[in-house]
Amino acid sequence: MDSVFGVCYNGGVILAADQSNARSILVYQENLDKIAELTSHSAMGVAGPNCDLVNFTEYVAKNIRLYELSNDGTKLSVHAQANFARGELAYALRRGPYQVNILLGGYDTNEADKSKEGASLYHLDYMGTLHKVPFGAQGYASYFTLSIMDREYKENLNEAEAITIVEHCIAEIQTRFMLKQPNYIIKAVDKDGVRVIKYGSDPSDN
Amino acid sequence: MVAMAGKDCVGIAADRRLGVQLTTLATDFQKVFQLNDKLFVGLAGLATDVQTLHQELQFRLGLYKLKEEREMTPQVFSHLLSQLLYEKRFGPYFIEPIVAGLDAKGKPFLSGMDLIGATMTAEDFVVSGTCTGNLHGMCESLYKPDMDPDTLFETLAQSLLSAVDRDAISGWGGVVHIITKDGVTTKELKGRQD
Repeated sequence: MDSVFGVCYNGGVILAADQSNARSILVYQENLDKIAELTSHSAMGVAGPNCDLVNFTEYVAKNIRLYELSNDGTKLSVHAQANFARGELAYALRRGPYQVNILLGGYDTNEADKSKEGASLYHLDYMGTLHKVPFGAQGYASYFTLSIMDREYKENLNEAEAITIVEHCIAEIQTRFMLKQPNYIIKAVDKDGVRVIKYGSDPSDN
Repeated sequence: MVAMAGKDCVGIAADRRLGVQLTTLATDFQKVFQLNDKLFVGLAGLATDVQTLHQELQFRLGLYKLKEEREMTPQVFSHLLSQLLYEKRFGPYFIEPIVAGLDAKGKPFLSGMDLIGATMTAEDFVVSGTCTGNLHGMCESLYKPDMDPDTLFETLAQSLLSAVDRDAISGWGGVVHIITKDGVTTKELKGRQD
C-alpha cells in the first residue's frame, strides 16, 4: 500500500514516499521515513513491510560501507550499488524473499570521467528485476503517477520542475487513491548529497 | 522473440517491453544478449531470471574461454544452457530461451528450449515468448530458405512486428541483430507503441 516514486533531473534525482506505517486495519504511525540513505550520495525509496525495509536497507548500506572500508576508500558507483542490491534480492528470492520494491536514486561524482557523472534512478522490484529509468513508481502509486510523469517529464529538467512533477503526483494520489496518505517525505540526491526537501510529518520524533 | 537462419547468417529479434502483468514499466528492456562474436541468446520470461541467467551465462562462457582457450560453439552453449535449466528442475528459472549463432564453419545454428531445458534445434526458425502462436504463423508464412542478410532482416522484422501487434502484452518497440561471418548489425524497429 506504500507509495514510492521518483524523478531524475539534470544534476540530481528526487525521491518521494508516503509516511504511513500501517498493517491490516491499524495505523502504527504517520511519520515513517521510507527513503533510506545508503551512502552520502545515494538513497533507496522502499515499498513493503517495515521489517524487510529496515533489514534490507541496513544490510545493503552496511555492506556497501564495508566495501569502502575494505578497499581503501573506493566508492561504489550507483550502478554498482543497484546491482549489488539486485543480486541480494535475486539470491533471496528462492530462499526467503525480501518483500521490498525499491527505487534507488543516486548521484555519481566522477572527477576522473565527466561523462560518467550525473544522477541515475533504478527501478528494482522484490524479485530482483533491475532497470534504469528516468522516472518510476512502486506500488499502487504507479497506476496514478506513471501517466503524469510520462506526460510531464522531459530531458534536462531542473530541480524545481522535478519537484513540481512530484507534487502533481502526490496531489493525484491524495485525490484518487482509496487510502488516505496525508504525509509525504520528499528527498533530493545531487552533487551535495542526500537532503530532505519537505516532509509531511517530522520522522525524527523518537 | 524470434530467431531465423539465412544463408551463412542468422538473425534474432525481440520486443522491448518490460511489464508487470498489464502495466508497462519500460520500453527499452534488453532480452537478447551477445555472448561472443558469433553467439546470441534471447531470454524470454521472468525479468529477474533473464538478468540472473544472463550473468550466469556470461560467467560460464568466460570460464570456458579461460580453461579451453577457445570460444564456445553454439551447439555446446545450447547444451550448457539446457543443463543449467534442468539443474533447477524442481524450482526452475522461468525462462524460455532461444539460441542463435554461427558455428565454427560459419553454418547457422538455432535452438529453442522450455523452462526446464528441453531443447529443439531447428534449421529454419525458433520462437519464444507470450505470442509464440502469432510468431509461428508469421514465420511459417514469410520464411524462405537461404535468405541473404538484408532479406533476413526484413523477414525477421515483419514477423516480429505483426506478431506482437496482436498481443496486448508484447511490443513497444523491437530490436533485430543479424550475425554474419563479418560481424553483427543491430537495428531498432519502429513499431506501434501500444
